[in-house]
Amino acid sequence: MKRFLLPLAAFAVLVGFLAMGLMHDPREVPSPLIGKPAPAFTLPQLHDATKNFSVVDMKGRVWLLNVWASWCVSCREEHPVLVELAKTGSVPVIGLDYKDQVADGKQWLEKLGNPYILSVVDSDGRVGIDYGVYGVPETYVIDKQGIIRMKHTGPITPASLAQTILPLVKELSQ
Amino acid sequence: MKRWPGYLFIVLATSMVFAADAPPLAADEIVEKRMVAISEELRCLVCQNESLAASRADLANDLRREIRKMIVQGKTDREILDFMVARYGDFVLYRPPVKSTTWLLWGGPFILLVVGLGTLVFFLRRRNRNMSMPALSEEQRRRAAALLDQSDT
Repeated sequence: MKRFLLPLAAFAVLVGFLAMGLMHDPREVPSPLIGKPAPAFTLPQLHDATKNFSVVDMKGRVWLLNVWASWCVSCREEHPVLVELAKTGSVPVIGLDYKDQVADGKQWLEKLGNPYILSVVDSDGRVGIDYGVYGVPETYVIDKQGIIRMKHTGPITPASLAQTILPLVKELSQ
Repeated sequence: MKRWPGYLFIVLATSMVFAADAPPLAADEIVEKRMVAISEELRCLVCQNESLAASRADLANDLRREIRKMIVQGKTDREILDFMVARYGDFVLYRPPVKSTTWLLWGGPFILLVVGLGTLVFFLRRRNRNMSMPALSEEQRRRAAALLDQSDT
């Protein structure tokens, strides 16, 4: 019996590692931008191309930057959560319409509701690259000093909002 | 045979269309080669098992465009890789740098090798110990010699 103990232990360790691998979402890549200033950009607004928006405009406020697009399927899943969040008014959300047509973006918001205080158009995705966007939707929590405090990759769920994003926003707002 | 000029026109016209589309290759070739060399070092984050050079994802296209732009601007390879790491983290590098968070990644195989060799040596030694017979006593040696003599005759 004793001679099986060692292989069994080794096997258990291997199973442990594999189980950890299964539990881990490989799409969740830690962002190097956390704790760093949000990359500056100035982009035209979706609903009024003559007006611009810059990151510095939000200085002194805790806010969310939500990267979305009308072509993005998971954004559809996320959208009702954002609409609900906008109703509570607990945190301002700026939309970054990523690699999208202005007309499509506008139509999408008209149909599904507009949770954003404003959206900006990143038509060639250049700002997206600066933010390390690789899978829309993505959401950044940015503090009063303009530092990125958190990045959420993939659609926000009511659970992730209640358990991680909103508590962080509350903490940062104090 | 009357139609010849017509065919000729069509052939010439299409070749002219292509000529208008093709980018100036001679100037771009060096840039393109460097771009491919750099993007082979980078992982595409959309389809994580493909390099940036091989990926057809939209983001990979954009990033290749950015790399091309930076090469034209005269950035070094190091600067371009740093640009990518600053945005997407060490994960984009197929050869991540050796530092405190990656030493297990780099050292892991060697640790496993040492553990494996140690185990092998341990078991081989134990087996040798079990196999080595106790030396014959003087009495046993005499008896063995006697038996061998007997069989000779």
